[in-house]
Order: sequence, then structure tokens, then C-alpha cells
Amino acid sequence: MNTEGIKDLLYKMADDQLIIGHRNSEWTGFGPLLEEDIAFSSMAQDKVGQSYQLYNILNELGEADPDTIAFMRNADQFHNCQLVELPNGEYDFSLVRHFLFDTAELLRFQMLSNSSFEPLANLSRKIKGETKYHSMHANIWIKQLGSATEESISRLQSALEYALPFALGIFEPSSHEQDLINEGIFEGEDALKNKWIEVITAVINETRLSLPDFKSITPVYGGRMGKHTEHLQPLLEEMSEVFKVDPTSDW
Amino acid sequence: MIITQEIIKEWLDEVKDPEIPVLSLNDLGVITGIEIDSSDKVVVNMTPTFTGCPAMDAMQQDVKDVLEKRGVTDYEVIVSFETQWNSNMISEKGRKALKEFGLAPPPQHNMIVDIDIIERVSCPYCESDNTEMKTPFGPTLCRSIHYCNNCFQAFEQFKPI
Repeated sequence: MNTEGIKDLLYKMADDQLIIGHRNSEWTGFGPLLEEDIAFSSMAQDKVGQSYQLYNILNELGEADPDTIAFMRNADQFHNCQLVELPNGEYDFSLVRHFLFDTAELLRFQMLSNSSFEPLANLSRKIKGETKYHSMHANIWIKQLGSATEESISRLQSALEYALPFALGIFEPSSHEQDLINEGIFEGEDALKNKWIEVITAVINETRLSLPDFKSITPVYGGRMGKHTEHLQPLLEEMSEVFKVDPTSDW
Repeated sequence: MIITQEIIKEWLDEVKDPEIPVLSLNDLGVITGIEIDSSDKVVVNMTPTFTGCPAMDAMQQDVKDVLEKRGVTDYEVIVSFETQWNSNMISEKGRKALKEFGLAPPPQHNMIVDIDIIERVSCPYCESDNTEMKTPFGPTLCRSIHYCNNCFQAFEQFKPI
């Protein structure tokens, strides 16, 4: 078993879930309507819980315990893509990111349900059902607001153009890629990206939004290797504040 | 007394979901296995309804407490994802209890949950099908919020998953 490759994959996924979960939680109390407030809070709870279980698998592979991994690393030790660490901005950007990221996330967990690495396959079979709700939520709003008023359409279109280079960073290639494919652990970022483009395109085609040619976009890479924007470190400091004051605190 | 799987299962009937106190863990379907090995060690296997369910630790502790109370000293309660929970695993008795609690039971599904399945739900109060979904996310991870156009009552559904 390719333990290094599996760890690399798990860190990327767990860090993505933790950071997007934290960003989603920042909508609690600030949602544009009550239902959206509840939706983003609920998705935050799902994603942070999922990151915990992914960190648990890492723990079983010899890494530190989940709390230590989550709260004691600095930004350059995180492997999330930069897309998830960007500030929430206005609802248009949060919604577009939710759509772009969660589509990839759902597809990834669906693919990993067939992984030869059994603990990850089991967890993915569970998570894909939960993530389906997140993806449905994003699709409904993109379809609705992407065909509503001039303002909603132009806001989503700008957010989409800003977010797409970061979204392509989700699929940043890793040096373990081919080994994971050969061992049947994961079909690979390229395969995921191709499926993602198909799904994203199908949803956008039902709206008045338009997608640029993917080949013309330069992906923002670096996140998977620990290179981050200036927005991640403050997020980590806020997230770990209680833990650092009192590591034994419980609630 | 010789402890059997059946007896332990019966004991576990008194452990309820802390967020839905009318529903036992047996009826919820989260007890995925009970084993007693040759040295009389009891192993109870559980699986969460939702990965991030905050009630899981409480449920695991409640199972331990019941075993302790019944005098079992050698036991282990394992939470794992080896068997993945889905809402079809809620028993008939559990579905009835949910409805009486005012929570619409999740429709049986073939593991493909789409928007039609979530929206098509009968009102747990008046049984009308003239209902609409307000949001697929509710006060807990496992609930969605709906409205009945017949009896003008907002209600929640235990989400199909």
C-alpha cells in the first residue's frame, strides 16, 4: 500500500473540508435569508465533521490526533486548495465557490467509493450521500439566480470569472498521482477535472451565465504544496484561538 | 444469566437518540452488530447517521452506560463506517415513532436521492400530500423543513439519505 500517496490525498481532502467548513460557518447569523443562514451553517457542520473523520484515518496511518493536526499547523503546512481559503466576500462569490467546490467534492467522494483503500472507500460511501444535499443546494441557487435579474446574472458572472482559476487549482497534480491510479486508490485529479467540467457546463448551460474556454484559464496552483494566500493564516489563528488558550477545554 | 445478542439488543432498546427521544438506537438502525466472544467480551458496533453528527459521542456513551448498568464489565463500543448508515435502515416501528413525534419519516429510496424524493413528503399531522419543501437543511443535520398547504403547519422531515 502506498501510504505516502494516501496521506497526501487525505491531507488535501481533509484540509479542504476543514477550511471550507470554517468559511461556511462565517455565514451563521449573516445569511441573506434565514434559510441560507441555516443551509451554510448546516453544511459547515457536515464539512467539519467530515474533515474530522478524514483526519482520523490519517491518525490511524500514524499522523497526530485530529485536534493537533487541525489546530497546531501553520498555513504553509496546509494542503487545501486556495479556492476554499478566500474570504466569503458577498453572497455571489460564496455561492459560486460553493457550486464549483462542492461539485468537485461530490464527484471525488463518488469516485473514492470504489477506492482499493478500504477505510477511505467506506467513509466516502457515507459522505457522498451528505454532499449530494450540498451540491443540490448549490445547483438550485445557481440555476435560479443565474437566470433571474440583470444584477444577479452579472454578479454571478463576475464571481464565476474570478473564481474559476482558483477552482482549477482544486485539481493541482501531485507527484503521487500515477501511483494512486495504478493501485486503484484514486482515479486521479485529471479524471476528476474532466468529470467536473462536464457537470459544471451542464448546470451553467441551464442559466444565462457563460463559461470561458477552460483552456484559456491559468489555474492557480500552490495550495496543495503549502503555498497560500494571505487569507489563510488569519483564518487559522481565529479557528485555533480557544485550543491555543486551553488545549484541554471541552464544550 | 447467559448473555446473548438478543438480550443485549433488548437492553439497547432503552437507549434513545438524544435529539429524537422517541426513537431507540435499534429502530434508528445505527447498531450494526453485537458480538460476544468466547471469553464473554461484548462488542457493540455502531455507525453514525451523519458523519458530523454531534450526538454520536453521547449515543456511544449511553450504550456503554447501559452495558455497565446491566453488570457487563468487559465490553467495547466501536463506532466505524464499515457499514454505512442510510435512512432505509430506520425500522417500521421507528418510522411510526417519528411520525407520532411530528417528524415526517424519510421515504424509502433506491439509494438515489434527488430533489423529487426530498420534496414528495406527506404532512405528519394531516397526511396531506399538498406540501412544499422550504429548505433541505434544518435545525439538525438530519432534518429538512417543509410546509403543509392543507393544514397550514410547518413541519420537519427526517431527511432521506
